[in-house]
Amino acid sequence: MKSFTYERATTPADAAGIVASNPGARFLGGGTNLLDLMKLEIETPTHLVDVQDLKLDRIEPTEAGGLRIGAFVTNTALASDERVRRDYGVLSRAIVAGASGQLRNKATTAGNLLQRTRCPYFYDTNQPCNKRKPGSGCAAIGGYSRQLAVIGSSDACIATYPGDMAVAMRVLDATVETVRADGKTRSIPIGSFHTLPGDTPERDNALDHGELITAVTLPRPVGGTHVYRKVRDRASYAFALVSVAAIVQRDGSGRAAFGGVAHRPWRVEAAEAAMPRGAVEMSNAVFADARPTDDNAFKIPLATRTLAAVLAEVKP
Amino acid sequence: MGSETFQLSRREMLMSSATTAAVSSFASETAEAAPPVKAVPTYKVAMTVNGASQTLTLDPRTTLLDALREHLHLTGTKKGCDHGQCGACTVIVNGERINACLSLAVQHQGDAVTTIEGLGTPERLHPMQAAFVKHDGYQCGYCTPGQICSAVSVLEEIKRGIPSHAQADLMAAPKPTGAEMRERMSGNICRCGAYSNIVDAMADVAGARA
Amino acid sequence: MIFDTPAGTNPTDRMKVLGKPLDRYEGHLKTTGTATYAYEWQDVAPGFAYGYILGAAIARGRITSIDTRDAERAPGVIGVVTYLNAGKPGVGKFYVQKMLAAPEVDHYHQPVAVVVAETFEQARAAAGLVRVDYQRTAGRFDLAAQNGSAPVPPEGEFGGPNEKRVGDFARAFAAAPVKVDETYTVPDQAHAMMEPHASIAKWDGDRVTCWTSIQQMNWGTRDLGLILGIPKQNVHLISPYIGGGFGGKGTVQIDLALAAIAARVVKRPVKIALQRPIMFNTTIHRPKTIQRVQLGAGRDGRLTAIGHDSLSGNLVGGRTEPTVTSTRTLYAGANRLTRMRLATLDLAEGNAMRAPGEAPGLMALEIAMDELAEKLKMDPIELRVVNDTQVDPENPDKPFSTRAFVRCLREGAQRFHWDKRRSTPSAVREGQWLIGMGMAGAIRGGKIAKAGARARLDRTGVVTIETDMTDIGTGSYTVVQQTAAEMMGVAPDRIVVKLGDSTFPETPGSGGQQGAPSVTAGVYAACTKLRETVAQRLGFNTADVDFADGHVHSGNRSVKLADAAKDGDIVVEDLMEFAKLADQFQQQTFGAHFAEVAVDAYTGEVRVRRMLAVCAAGRILNAKTARSQVIGGMVMGVGAALMEDMAIDKRFGFFVNHDLAGYEVPVHADIPHLDAFFIDEVDPTISPVKAKGVGELGLTGVAPAIANAIYNATGVRVREYPITLEKHLDRLPALA
Repeated sequence: MKSFTYERATTPADAAGIVASNPGARFLGGGTNLLDLMKLEIETPTHLVDVQDLKLDRIEPTEAGGLRIGAFVTNTALASDERVRRDYGVLSRAIVAGASGQLRNKATTAGNLLQRTRCPYFYDTNQPCNKRKPGSGCAAIGGYSRQLAVIGSSDACIATYPGDMAVAMRVLDATVETVRADGKTRSIPIGSFHTLPGDTPERDNALDHGELITAVTLPRPVGGTHVYRKVRDRASYAFALVSVAAIVQRDGSGRAAFGGVAHRPWRVEAAEAAMPRGAVEMSNAVFADARPTDDNAFKIPLATRTLAAVLAEVKP
Repeated sequence: MGSETFQLSRREMLMSSATTAAVSSFASETAEAAPPVKAVPTYKVAMTVNGASQTLTLDPRTTLLDALREHLHLTGTKKGCDHGQCGACTVIVNGERINACLSLAVQHQGDAVTTIEGLGTPERLHPMQAAFVKHDGYQCGYCTPGQICSAVSVLEEIKRGIPSHAQADLMAAPKPTGAEMRERMSGNICRCGAYSNIVDAMADVAGARA
Repeated sequence: MIFDTPAGTNPTDRMKVLGKPLDRYEGHLKTTGTATYAYEWQDVAPGFAYGYILGAAIARGRITSIDTRDAERAPGVIGVVTYLNAGKPGVGKFYVQKMLAAPEVDHYHQPVAVVVAETFEQARAAAGLVRVDYQRTAGRFDLAAQNGSAPVPPEGEFGGPNEKRVGDFARAFAAAPVKVDETYTVPDQAHAMMEPHASIAKWDGDRVTCWTSIQQMNWGTRDLGLILGIPKQNVHLISPYIGGGFGGKGTVQIDLALAAIAARVVKRPVKIALQRPIMFNTTIHRPKTIQRVQLGAGRDGRLTAIGHDSLSGNLVGGRTEPTVTSTRTLYAGANRLTRMRLATLDLAEGNAMRAPGEAPGLMALEIAMDELAEKLKMDPIELRVVNDTQVDPENPDKPFSTRAFVRCLREGAQRFHWDKRRSTPSAVREGQWLIGMGMAGAIRGGKIAKAGARARLDRTGVVTIETDMTDIGTGSYTVVQQTAAEMMGVAPDRIVVKLGDSTFPETPGSGGQQGAPSVTAGVYAACTKLRETVAQRLGFNTADVDFADGHVHSGNRSVKLADAAKDGDIVVEDLMEFAKLADQFQQQTFGAHFAEVAVDAYTGEVRVRRMLAVCAAGRILNAKTARSQVIGGMVMGVGAALMEDMAIDKRFGFFVNHDLAGYEVPVHADIPHLDAFFIDEVDPTISPVKAKGVGELGLTGVAPAIANAIYNATGVRVREYPITLEKHLDRLPALA
């Protein structure tokens, strides 16, 4: 871990200002991912701006009938909130399917959105990785890629977004609220928050340097049955091979997003019309452009079968 | 071996494994310039640990875990992986369990930290510690402090109605069933495999409380 | 004391303390965080510095230059150790790996430098400033590529001959009416003990004292002496608590070697704990095996031909994984061919991991037996019963000392309700779950070795036992306490146990499940001597004394044990040596493992619902800790069956998933309530204490029992471990 200086910001704009003016500065939320990466010198910030005093730890109703989740709300607090459990069950379910109790007590809403890939080549600084070191190559392609992306990947990167929470937020049409140094705010639909790797896999998302997430807002509840189904090698405390976040209405219509398959939560709205006709048809549409590796081609039938399990579970 | 094709780049030589190649390793990602020799900054951190006020002057890179182990010599909290992948470092901060390895000490200004040493002593065991002894909920003992800090917290979390992946109904109050405890304890790895006994110990304590 | 005839009745047969489910001796320390592990000693090495290891960035080649100047200038750095200033480290006798790349690199993450600094944070940061240039050469990383070309190596020190023939296997197999001929793969597996290897080293002239985490003290002093080029008498190792080992801390690893080397270079005590992400590629692991098993049987199920051909790989000089060991002894059969071949690989060293040989060997053999039972339309238990033998199948003149294998099978069948199993695969479904039951037999050598102990009686009546035995979570403290209490006729709280110091009398330490039988035999010897000395001091006829209730009784005289030491402590030392009986008897432990699994019909995920182990291992010294050993083995077996796999990048030559997020081991949620049951038996041919080990027996047979249960659930036979969902997903029931 490189040496760094540390300070605590007092307002969101203040925090954004400090980071924006220093290319080596980074925000520090719970730290559960950033510190992991700093110990391995995958991240090497020279200055950390701790955002714990910004009073971004509340969950409040919005005028539109939804919820506004402060960026510093912990995973545990968010999953436990009665409104979330009642009206946005898929979100609560996705959160408790992730990590461990200890990590969820520390991990924040914004930090979870910013969680970086678990690609093992990204995690090993001896290995080429375009995401960690742009232009160095991608060792995962042709390497051990069982956990990695099957769709939306590029010749530069086949990493996945590893989290669960954002997959649920994707199916809930959440919006990410940010503030910049000049006080200007931005609302980014969750579907365009995480980017695809393309030629710039070093970018994970649409944020600019120094742009601070202040909240995630959820639109008014859409009802339906909420399911988050996570498939993994062990029964808990593991990243998803494939996950499905779904909201299914009584008439069989609904929405579904997939985790563990791409550089961002994967949702194809156009394919959702096929949901009432079953998992195979919908999944074929969702994964029409898939480019799996030999190691991870199983994820496509697995995603189909997981969706089928979800649809069977919610069948009235 | 030579059949794979790669995206080649300025690390082309590293990528090419079929024949001899020169390779440089330099773990630092920002290492083009030699580092200036300079003093490490330090910060003063005050926190309460097991009821006692502690003030430490620390390199900000010091994790809460290393502050406890290397500075306060509270070595009951263990370092198993240092990356949040095992749970051996579990401590209770302001009433909630966390992985002390993934937290900087400077993040804990003013916090109240309880470690395994704060739960009980060899002469006065906490009921959970006594239950672990009775049910043999440990073998090598290295994950044990973390397991016990988690076990105490898990029963508290169930009481507070924190939901878990094991719950069929998110709106119902969770109960200290075997399935609930196993799911909630899953962030604490025990390679000796004492899981079945740990759940017995927890059930014993939960039953005594109920 | 020499043990050369089967034991008669002796004080351990009283079983007043032995056998009881005593709480662990050190439980109050481990549960309060006050047991001191290697890295945690505070006052023993004043002025210590922190060492941090930099691992090689390539798998094979050589270092062409190392530039340590930036690291040396970094804040707090005391020194940087590389092959240029480390002297010429030697190699120990058990592990063949070299502790430093010098300058040849033998495997990925092999240490190239140790940075020593005032703080951990400074040492870690400075390690990132060491610039290393390498010349990479092509390496061998793919075991399968050498299947066919790898030779049968000459016999080594462990594991027996690499090829053995009995009868005419080829002819018998060709003639057999029912056959199985399949190949099974067990991947590279990591010990993944919770405490990373750690050591503090302090020099005093040409003597070094190390607080470390090591299972076998006598190997440790020997090997560290060889590595450092000093006599083993100059090495003092201290390891009273060890955070798990499973064979991975058998003897000197890089933490200990490099802490000692670095301390010598920087002239300060140095402490090093391995960072988890380099453990997988730098320390030893269980090597991958590709195993062909050929079974030929008559229609009655009797085996006529048993063939087991196994391939493993290792660094140059490394050993084979002795997978065929159990195949040589488990079942009857007149015609046998067992063979182990060894490939050269440029991966980290393969070496002992819990039940080396038997664990991966039975993972193959016991699936093959299940396949044979199915072909014969026989119950898998009955197949094993008809092939039982009471003599060594390779040496019919050599009977088993005890062999309760059939009792284990029958007892387990009853307790597990095996009769509820449907022999037709894929016949039981509960909602989304496909349910299956499976079983496997288990065998593991019941070894024992020379062990000593020192016993001290003080005037308060406390008996202190000192031996260099270690406790890696096995319960050594407690069984030593119980043996001494039984022998001396005192309550367990009158016994003080001191372990894990190389200056104490020598034992084989923790390994090969011989620790508990060996050390308790040593304690028996020392306590026997103490009894004789006490009797003499008290003026008793030594042939006619009884030690009970804290007193020494003879005729109608009764004296407090403590009185024998009222004029000064009595200190005696003895050791137990073993002769002949292991040649006369085939000494093994036996078991039967049962599993019920549920397989998600949609996703192929496997969840274990029930498990039972029935074990026969001689006298059980502590019912609680022995059970814990067995259920702990069962957990490791779940990992082997379902998830554990060190994935190799065959281009760059390293284990890719080198941390505890990537290398998954079972968590709480994977493990149901576990049951273990012990057959009541003693083995008088082993030692006067009549006990064998159970720690490795608990693992052998677990994974194939689960594999067979999965097959019973799905009808899909997977022969490549671990059985992850993609290996059967495409053959699960089609979507409606």
